[in-house]
Amino acid sequence: MRIKLRSAGKLALPYFLLTGLLGLALSGTLSAQSAPIAHHDVVITNATVMTVTHGNIQHGSIYIKDGKIAAVGENVNAPAGATVVDAGGKYLTPGIVDCHSHIALDDDVNEATSPVTPQMMMKDAFDYQDKAIYRALAGGVTTSLLLHGSANMIGGQSVVIKHKYGDTRDALLFPNAPRSIKFASGENPKRVYGGRDQLPSTRMGNFEVQREALVQAQDYSREWDAYNAKVKRGDKDASPPKHDLKLDALSDVLSRKLMVQIHCYRADEMLTEMAMAKEFGYNLRAFHHALEAYKIADQLAANNVGIATFADWWGYKNEAWDAIPWNAVMAMRKGVRVAIKSDSEDYTRRLNQEAAKTIRYGGATEEEALKMITLNAAWIIGVDDRVGSIEVGKDADLVIWDGYPLSTSGVPEKVLIDGEVYFDRSQPGLGTTHYKEGE
Amino acid sequence: MTQLSASKPVWSGRPRPLLLILGLVLLSILSILTSAQETPIALKGGKLLTVSHGVIENGVIVLQKGKITAVGATSSVTIPANAQVIDATGKTIYPGLIDSETQLGLTEISAEATTNDLVELSDEIMPNMHTADAFHAESVLIPVARLNGITNAIVAPDGGDTLPGQDSFIQLAGASAPEMLLIRDNAMPLNFTGDERRNKGGFDKRKFPSTRMGLATQLRQAFIDAQDYKSKLVDYDHKKADAVRDKKPEPLAPKRDLKLEALIPYLEGKKTVVLAAESPSDLQTAVSLANEFKLKFVLNHISHSQPVLDYVASLKVPVIVGPIYEAPKEDERYDTVYSLPAQLYKRGVKIVFASYSAHNVRNLPDAAGFATAFGLPPDEALKAITLNAAEVWGVADQLGSLDVGKTANVVVADGDPLDVKTDVKQVYIQGRAVPMTSRQTQLRDEYSK
Repeated sequence: MRIKLRSAGKLALPYFLLTGLLGLALSGTLSAQSAPIAHHDVVITNATVMTVTHGNIQHGSIYIKDGKIAAVGENVNAPAGATVVDAGGKYLTPGIVDCHSHIALDDDVNEATSPVTPQMMMKDAFDYQDKAIYRALAGGVTTSLLLHGSANMIGGQSVVIKHKYGDTRDALLFPNAPRSIKFASGENPKRVYGGRDQLPSTRMGNFEVQREALVQAQDYSREWDAYNAKVKRGDKDASPPKHDLKLDALSDVLSRKLMVQIHCYRADEMLTEMAMAKEFGYNLRAFHHALEAYKIADQLAANNVGIATFADWWGYKNEAWDAIPWNAVMAMRKGVRVAIKSDSEDYTRRLNQEAAKTIRYGGATEEEALKMITLNAAWIIGVDDRVGSIEVGKDADLVIWDGYPLSTSGVPEKVLIDGEVYFDRSQPGLGTTHYKEGE
Repeated sequence: MTQLSASKPVWSGRPRPLLLILGLVLLSILSILTSAQETPIALKGGKLLTVSHGVIENGVIVLQKGKITAVGATSSVTIPANAQVIDATGKTIYPGLIDSETQLGLTEISAEATTNDLVELSDEIMPNMHTADAFHAESVLIPVARLNGITNAIVAPDGGDTLPGQDSFIQLAGASAPEMLLIRDNAMPLNFTGDERRNKGGFDKRKFPSTRMGLATQLRQAFIDAQDYKSKLVDYDHKKADAVRDKKPEPLAPKRDLKLEALIPYLEGKKTVVLAAESPSDLQTAVSLANEFKLKFVLNHISHSQPVLDYVASLKVPVIVGPIYEAPKEDERYDTVYSLPAQLYKRGVKIVFASYSAHNVRNLPDAAGFATAFGLPPDEALKAITLNAAEVWGVADQLGSLDVGKTANVVVADGDPLDVKTDVKQVYIQGRAVPMTSRQTQLRDEYSK
């Protein structure tokens, strides 16, 4: 393993590597440490609870302890001192998870100066004060995956946030989230680099650039493996190869420490990308956009690759010409894990409406539709064991709705993250509880 | 309004790569239309949202020769003996929806410049641009939109110029562009948002008008020039009449100026100017300019004019409000723009909605539905995409409600028109059952085999 050779402190990486090693044991403690807020016992009563994983509970209650869901049911046992929130019979869902967002990154979405930039860390550009985080929160979004843009074949590494608007920067970082990297293919890299008379300007060029980078990473990994082997044999004269952040990141792709999220539209390109993932052995987690997934849904399902798609966007570019609004449900019926995402500062504010479109286009059930903006989106990010459904042990990220959530007329009334109310529509001003205007 | 001819219909929505399927679809469409034209249709047992006179549960609506010939409770309507009776039990029936600003027929693929005829940016004053001249009747986008119940729309040039050209009022079905273009040049946008300034780049790259002063001055000059031009025309008419009377040689006609000629009906208040502004200051500048030339106008957008809504109400003109999804300003509450339709309605302003789109015209009812979450009564939301729009565009005698004598543009759906989950089952345009197919349904069906 090369991990130990990256001396802690010099890189931002060991933070994540630790979690890989210690993962389960530490996650609870770390999360409490990184979010130093007073957790109260809270009981939400009289809610129509849409659990996502085990149906709806009429007149349900949820007991929240230390920011986690401690009990769910028609009746829950909660201590007498717990704060009671009467939901007034309203719908209650898990917080919405947006697995494709570029908010709170200012103009720093694309380091479009080279088609291969895996060493970019979106966290370094994350603007935790961006009002877009608040506006999405008011639409019920509690977790987002902030991705590098699609200018580059291999973009940067994502950051996962919780929409705790008004809290400290660190409180907004999703604790111990798995690492993701953005790849992209198709028209965008072609246009960006082709426009400058650089490689790639074609799809041949696109995939060559991607393959070339991965081959370099293989060579780099072999150098480190050879060096580590020498050290292991006790060779005192062994000299380490020079560290290269770019190749370090790609090596983590090859060793499956980074999940790969690929911006891809066309069916043929998705097939090529799946073949390349097999060739190099990396973890292709999901195709993003994937507007032609309905053409190859069987193969996506067979490879356990998810899709993060739009409900009904189409026609804005050539590779979106075959988009159909039935895509999500057609793929889902073939066994593909489907999420509806925003890719937009605008649409992230009303993903519930976008999800509801899958009921109309293809006949998704209420639970299937909701899953596309909660549990399935959480799976794509790799945090489905922590958020995305209302189950005991999960983070108490919850939305109480005015109206029916899978409609145009349903809007969040209150949004809780880790058991605390961060947005309350009935409050004056912005409706935020942690952010105060003028601060 | 021009009437659709009853000639052999060839409907739009031609898919490109699926020619075989196309042939079959066209054949089936032709037969549907032929039969629909000959026979009255009675939709029986549905819930009728008349918009003009309430809701009729268990109603009947009769469509005959392209018109609505009866509307009422099942018990009270006599269905013509030769009518094709369609059971609409459990269905909701409402008038065809009207989108008050689209770019339908002006674009196919947004990123492909060759498919776009959205706006002529070579000059700011372009009233001589007619969207009707560019309107592409066979656009793949049109059937996609009409499958969701949008039967009529304004086709407007894109923003970018103060006077980008003239709108058309279309019907989303017809044998050809002339049949779909119900009214050419029915209105003219006047944009005053600041985006029309030629101020991109450094000072060396700027050109007139690079400021709002420039925009306003240029507009004022254009309307003054048009007034002068009109005087010349009037003068010429007098001299010509005199010459004819006196049997003298006719005077030389003034040289035609297409730009100025285009402005005359607006100066005369015969046609509507669609005044677009966002902020209170731009709004008031634009309104004073319009008043200076006595233009008849409706307002567009005003998304950031919340501080002056009483002033807006005092103008007593309708507002095309939106897009409702416009982001609030940095320090504004999240629902500042979402609640604008309700705020205007409460002040007695007639509101209409628009998709401001081409590909997403089908989502027009979602915008209206969303406004209800922020205080707009659902009845008013439906009215804003039907009867109010018909009134604003001067076609309320023919469209916008389920009333006897109106054009039979009727939508049959499985639920509330404002609900995003509602599926439209059948659309009738001029009494004909529109084929419920588009390039997208064809792709769906091909890959569902």
